[in-house]
Amino acid sequence: MAAPPLPPPDPQFVLRGAQSAVHALHFCEGAQGQGRPLLLSGSLRGLVHIWSLQTRRVVATLDGHGGQCVTWLQTLPQGPQLLSQGRDLKLCVWDLAEGRNAIVDSVLLESMGFCRGSVLAGGLQRWMLAVPGRGSDEVQILEMPSKTSVCSLKPEAQARPGMPMCLQLWQADSSPRPLLLAGYEDGSVALWDVSSRKVCSRVACHTEPVMGLDFDSQEARGVSGSAEKTLAVWSLDEQQALQVRGTHVLTNPGIADIKIRPDRRILATAGWDHCVRVFHWRTMKPLAVLAFHSATVHCVAFAADGLLATGSGDQRISVWSLYPCT
Amino acid sequence: MDPEVSAVRLTVWEAVHILSSSEDGGRIFCTLGSLKRYLGETENSALPEEQEEFARIHFSTFLRCLVGKLSPDWLELLPDGQMEELWASFFLEGPADQAFLVLMESIEGAASPSFRLMKMARLLARFLSVGRMAAVMEGQCQQQAGPAFPLLQETLLTKVVGLPDLLGNRLQWENLATFFPQNYFPLLGEEVLRVLQVVVDSLRGGLDCSVSFLSQVLGKACVHGRQKEVLGVLVPRLTVLTQGSCLWQRVCWCLVERVPDWAMEAVLKGFVEAAPGPEVLSRLLGNLVTKSKKAQFVMTRKLLFLQYSCTMPMLQSLLGYLAMDSQRRSLLMQALKELLETWGSSSAIRHVPLVQQCYVSKAILICLAHLGEAELRDSQDELLASLMEGVKSRLDSSLPPVRRLGMIVAEVASARIHPEGPPLKFQYEEDELTREMLALAMPQPTADGPSEAGPSFAPVSGETPDRETVDRSGPQVGPEGSDSELDSDDEFVPYDMSVDREQRSSKAPSYVRGCLEALTGSKDWERWEAALRALEGLIFRSPAATQEVSVELAKVLLHLEEKTAVAGFEGLRQRTLVAVTVTDPARVAEYLTAQFYALNYSLRQRMDILDVLTLAAQELSRPGRLGKAPQRGSPDPGSQPGGAVVPAWRAVVEERVRRKTRWFSKGSVGRAPAVGPNEFNSVAGYFFFPLLQHFDRPLVTFDLLGGDQLVLGRLAHTLGALMYLAVNTTVAVPMGKALLEFVWALRFHGDARGREGPRRGLQAAGSEGTTASGEAPRQAPPALLSLAPDPREACPAGRVRAGGQHVGWRCSWYSLECLQLSEDSASGPRVLPAMDWDRDVASEAWAPGRLLSPVPPCSLQTAELGPLGLGAS
Repeated sequence: MAAPPLPPPDPQFVLRGAQSAVHALHFCEGAQGQGRPLLLSGSLRGLVHIWSLQTRRVVATLDGHGGQCVTWLQTLPQGPQLLSQGRDLKLCVWDLAEGRNAIVDSVLLESMGFCRGSVLAGGLQRWMLAVPGRGSDEVQILEMPSKTSVCSLKPEAQARPGMPMCLQLWQADSSPRPLLLAGYEDGSVALWDVSSRKVCSRVACHTEPVMGLDFDSQEARGVSGSAEKTLAVWSLDEQQALQVRGTHVLTNPGIADIKIRPDRRILATAGWDHCVRVFHWRTMKPLAVLAFHSATVHCVAFAADGLLATGSGDQRISVWSLYPCT
Repeated sequence: MDPEVSAVRLTVWEAVHILSSSEDGGRIFCTLGSLKRYLGETENSALPEEQEEFARIHFSTFLRCLVGKLSPDWLELLPDGQMEELWASFFLEGPADQAFLVLMESIEGAASPSFRLMKMARLLARFLSVGRMAAVMEGQCQQQAGPAFPLLQETLLTKVVGLPDLLGNRLQWENLATFFPQNYFPLLGEEVLRVLQVVVDSLRGGLDCSVSFLSQVLGKACVHGRQKEVLGVLVPRLTVLTQGSCLWQRVCWCLVERVPDWAMEAVLKGFVEAAPGPEVLSRLLGNLVTKSKKAQFVMTRKLLFLQYSCTMPMLQSLLGYLAMDSQRRSLLMQALKELLETWGSSSAIRHVPLVQQCYVSKAILICLAHLGEAELRDSQDELLASLMEGVKSRLDSSLPPVRRLGMIVAEVASARIHPEGPPLKFQYEEDELTREMLALAMPQPTADGPSEAGPSFAPVSGETPDRETVDRSGPQVGPEGSDSELDSDDEFVPYDMSVDREQRSSKAPSYVRGCLEALTGSKDWERWEAALRALEGLIFRSPAATQEVSVELAKVLLHLEEKTAVAGFEGLRQRTLVAVTVTDPARVAEYLTAQFYALNYSLRQRMDILDVLTLAAQELSRPGRLGKAPQRGSPDPGSQPGGAVVPAWRAVVEERVRRKTRWFSKGSVGRAPAVGPNEFNSVAGYFFFPLLQHFDRPLVTFDLLGGDQLVLGRLAHTLGALMYLAVNTTVAVPMGKALLEFVWALRFHGDARGREGPRRGLQAAGSEGTTASGEAPRQAPPALLSLAPDPREACPAGRVRAGGQHVGWRCSWYSLECLQLSEDSASGPRVLPAMDWDRDVASEAWAPGRLLSPVPPCSLQTAELGPLGLGAS
């Protein structure tokens, strides 16, 4: 107790050169079998930069969104394929294999919102994609790569949850039924059973739109952040019912993104107050406040080895190594 | 003559003769054996009359003879130490008081070091270990043999209590552990207890006894300062023994009552200290205070007013004891009245040390906690009168701790004494003392079990499991507690999260004029606050723009009120004002000094003006100021997020460079001190002289020499600081003269701070005289000399004693001190660090003339004024 707290940590390194605000980050295991993964970043000007974490330089720049903000990046396990979602209402599938960087496919989106998509890549060549749908409160489920629209998840008329703000597809180990967690504009989080197109459960976590959520499927517990000052931790019981477990009050309102580290020990939030906050996932004990950026932090991402990357409106990406994975 | 008597005499005479002449072991053994009959232990013991005769008249003579024979050869006359055993048995079995006296006498008389001395000392140790000391004292308590011979009792008393000293002196390094005071006095306590047991038993048997010898022993031991050892043994046992037995209680009361007056204080203090609580104390002492005048004096006056060394538990016991019986309660009320009177006396406030004031205040709070409402109401008027007077004079004091004591006692006491009136509420900082005092004001829980039940270790053992359960339940209280027990991630140590603070909207104006507008006209409080925070930086960034509006800016800032709860508002405003003053010193200083004597200002504002002037002068005179950006004393972390980061970053880098660098030379590693012209030179007059102009002209709202002495002290301090900061400037000499005149006018000021300030000023003036250019040393000493009267004249004993007003005397000493300073430095160059005012004021270590000072520096006031007197009051 008497020992003074550790001084605030410094970033391991900072990537400059995105030349516009960074809105999306994603770690991708090195395609060429390199030791360190690549980091993908999507910028406000529509460019996707691929950074080598070894040389800390841009390896490649992908321009496929016509100068519109890139909001979501995701790689697929089979082959080095990249999904990028942009504000130009396009979702592009890139082939990055063997140094190529070409758009192999693209999906036209029908929602102008900021909602990021989500994929569920369980099987071999087929994977499931959830994106905001045509109606303002709809979520569209597509089967890829055939781009077949499987269904459209539309809340009941009297529910009025507003637009979906963030999505996460997942599948419990025990059952083959894909599930979707969606955070809505009214601050509620809903669990959809995709196969039956029904809301299993819905719980009001926030009073402001849910801006980001992440779910720990092993412990059936998730966390969401919104435009307000609180983080909500909720859990899922055996009856597929969501329950709010607790809330955690932050100093400043506004969470842009929230991620749990793959080893499920810590989580990081991207704050509108320029700070990244790190919490202990099980106890929600605050561990660190990373006050490095000088503008809103838009996105956070964890690598499999525990590296944390944060992208901000100050055009910088900072990479941190906190609490090493065991 | 009785035949028995003559027979005994004959036998003893014969035995003494044989002892002194014979070398035959067997014969001596027989003789001694025959005498042993008279001790009455053996089967064919002598007649009781013979025994008595032997014990009364012949025993000590015979013992002395035995002592005289003691030698190695004599002891070896019989094998196996039989002789020694027989020899010792006379001392151990005969009448204890005589044996003890002979033992002590022979130890005193024996050559040191010698065989005999060691033998006697060992024998004495054995005497003690077999409990003969109890027999010695018991002999004095059994009075059926007629009144004891007072001289004998006196001698015994001295020997019993002085035994460790005597043995220590005689035996020096050879001393036995038994005789160490820390061992002997607990033993004495045990023996006293055994005698008391005998006394109780014989009282039960219907025999009269007297405990006055025991009381004397107790008293003398306590006077020797051995309360802890003796009473540490006695009190816990007596606590247990008196619990169920009236007889024991009466014996105990008797024991304390018989303590002679000269020892009463020591004994009572020891009892109060050793008793675990008021209940026990009440049981042990009974109504002693009502019976003995001396005890009453000790309990109600000496321990409350004259001494202030009692700990809080002692004070609680003492006052609780007074409160426990209806006969004693009137004493408690009386004590409270007197305490309040002392507490409220303005002379006491000025002359009594702070620790004692604190002690008296605590005693008052405890008294109040013990007294009932009805009792308080009976003398409500009297109590209220002295309370109110005390509160008034305390709030007037210039010392914050005194004021705070006044506030706390006033709050608690007024609530108790006058519960129907409106409650008093003061604002003071919570600290340990405050909390302690407020806890004292709570009524004590009455008669708790463990302390009644037995010795003091009982409550401790009862407490331990509680603490354990608290500890165990600690981790479980958290909502996620059950998880965290299984958690292996507890080693995740949080980083410092102090940077996590509320973000402020960026509404701050970007120009000085914008700030001025926002501060005067804006109803948008966020903008107002942002403007206030941004202003200091803007002023430094654009001095030209600031100079255009400097006086307006100073006016706005001086009148600025804290309309919203802005964290660090005072500091912000002060720093900004300093920045304005530094940017345009002449005009702003002129304005501020004029405002200092203007009509409609609060004391706070006037003191702010003084602080700002001092700080600005300090900043202006800082060497190397022109080259670098202004350093802020401690950047407010909330004000400028960027600004706060840079210095930390720089410090880290410099530290790294320093660690990785090896220096080959041993010269000074740091940078050379920056050198440059003193910017304060040209404007010092604007700061200094207007402040001296009107100090003796009272306004309706501001009377510097009257009630507003707080400001006067600050003014003197500021003037001294300005003087010091103008070191080496051309204006320094006239400044020094003016300052001395000012100081001379204050020399009879009544307030301590008013007197302390001039001293500062003079110190500064003195140092100034020494360091100013060529002609200054020759000018300053005459000025000082004219002010410093001959100390013999200035200090007539009568005046010093008259009312503690040795001000003039002190003042002249200060002047002399300054003269000494000037001479010191005239004879050799003296290097005065250019910017050490802060440190000097804080430590007061820099006056070589301290040698001359007859009065120790009043460290309390100095510490409280602090560096440059900021933040005080």
